[in-house]
Amino acid sequence: MWSFFHKLGSPPWLYRIAGVLLRWLLPVSLLALGTGLIWGLLFTAPDFRQGNSYRIIYIHVPAAVVALAGYYVMALAGAVSLIWKMKVADIAMKATAPVGAALTFIALVTGSIWGKPTWGTWWVWDARITSMLILLFLYLGVIALYEAYDNKAAAGRACAVLSLVGTVNIPIIYKSVDWWYSLHQPASIKFTGESTIDPTMLYPLLLSIIAFYGVFTCALLGNMRAEILARETRTGWVRRLAGGEV
Amino acid sequence: MHPVRKQRLIIVLCVVVFSSLAVGLAVYALRGNINLFYPPAEVAAGLAPQGTPIRVGGMVVAGSVERSDDSLAVRFAVTDYQATVPVVYEGILPDLFDEGQGAVAAGVLGPDGVLIASEVLAKHDENYMPPEVADALEKAGRSPQGQLL
Repeated sequence: MWSFFHKLGSPPWLYRIAGVLLRWLLPVSLLALGTGLIWGLLFTAPDFRQGNSYRIIYIHVPAAVVALAGYYVMALAGAVSLIWKMKVADIAMKATAPVGAALTFIALVTGSIWGKPTWGTWWVWDARITSMLILLFLYLGVIALYEAYDNKAAAGRACAVLSLVGTVNIPIIYKSVDWWYSLHQPASIKFTGESTIDPTMLYPLLLSIIAFYGVFTCALLGNMRAEILARETRTGWVRRLAGGEV
Repeated sequence: MHPVRKQRLIIVLCVVVFSSLAVGLAVYALRGNINLFYPPAEVAAGLAPQGTPIRVGGMVVAGSVERSDDSLAVRFAVTDYQATVPVVYEGILPDLFDEGQGAVAAGVLGPDGVLIASEVLAKHDENYMPPEVADALEKAGRSPQGQLL
């Protein structure tokens, strides 16, 4: 267990393992994504009230779910880098932010596109949508804060604290539709009790959510590999990798 | 665990707990303002201000929608099954606006208790199903929410 933890802290080891992992995870994720989206977008029945516009759920919900989960990944990496001063944790935190920001942006845009024909408006300042916008600003804030420092060790600490403080927003986003009167409907997929989405619509949605997790992991690993190379440019193993003189 | 790391772990936990507490208290204090709309029961109880823009949300009462023959004017009532608020509106309603479905109307509450709406939004619920399933449910005498009709 501890030897694994120590190996995880070694950039060359992680670079190699992430490469091996990507080689099979990326095709599997893309295949699942393609299957889930084609199944959901083309081969499910239209909704009894919304017709075909409901199909945006197959992009909107997975993007939102993974954007929320991704925030915990970033905050956890930040906590590990604060406590154990692990270089790799700092790299993971920095690598998560742009992926999470992209997913949050996708969730906001697809929600807006769905909102116009369904609700009759592109945007409304209800609790769910506003807290999701705050999530986007938190991700962008971490990216901006990191770039604002010349001293990268100080940048890592500041970003870790910001991402830890921001974790309070995640349960707020998740429960906002239950705690307050909002225009956004409550969750259709329920962990306890029966889901209020028909099983024929639910299965492609679940596949799409799993695929988004896979694609998120691939983007994260790819980002981390690039960041490891950028930080270790002067070390022997990167020079050997690049085929240069040691 | 190394004492220095243990100390840092405690600091990290304190950051998370105290910032959550601070935000939690702020959100709790603002809870009335975070609600997007007033339910009709609160309007009936006089909790909604008159003369300033507010939103009222609930279910559109079945049979209450009256459309004008020569304009886009429409009257309807929204209810939370405790109280009912009549709404007048002139404009295009969203496609999913329907009797027995959720709606949120934004406007000004008149002294007679009628909401003069400037915007009406349809509120969609969390039920998703193919039309055949909805038909089958209706034949079985149940609403899409699973309640007996």
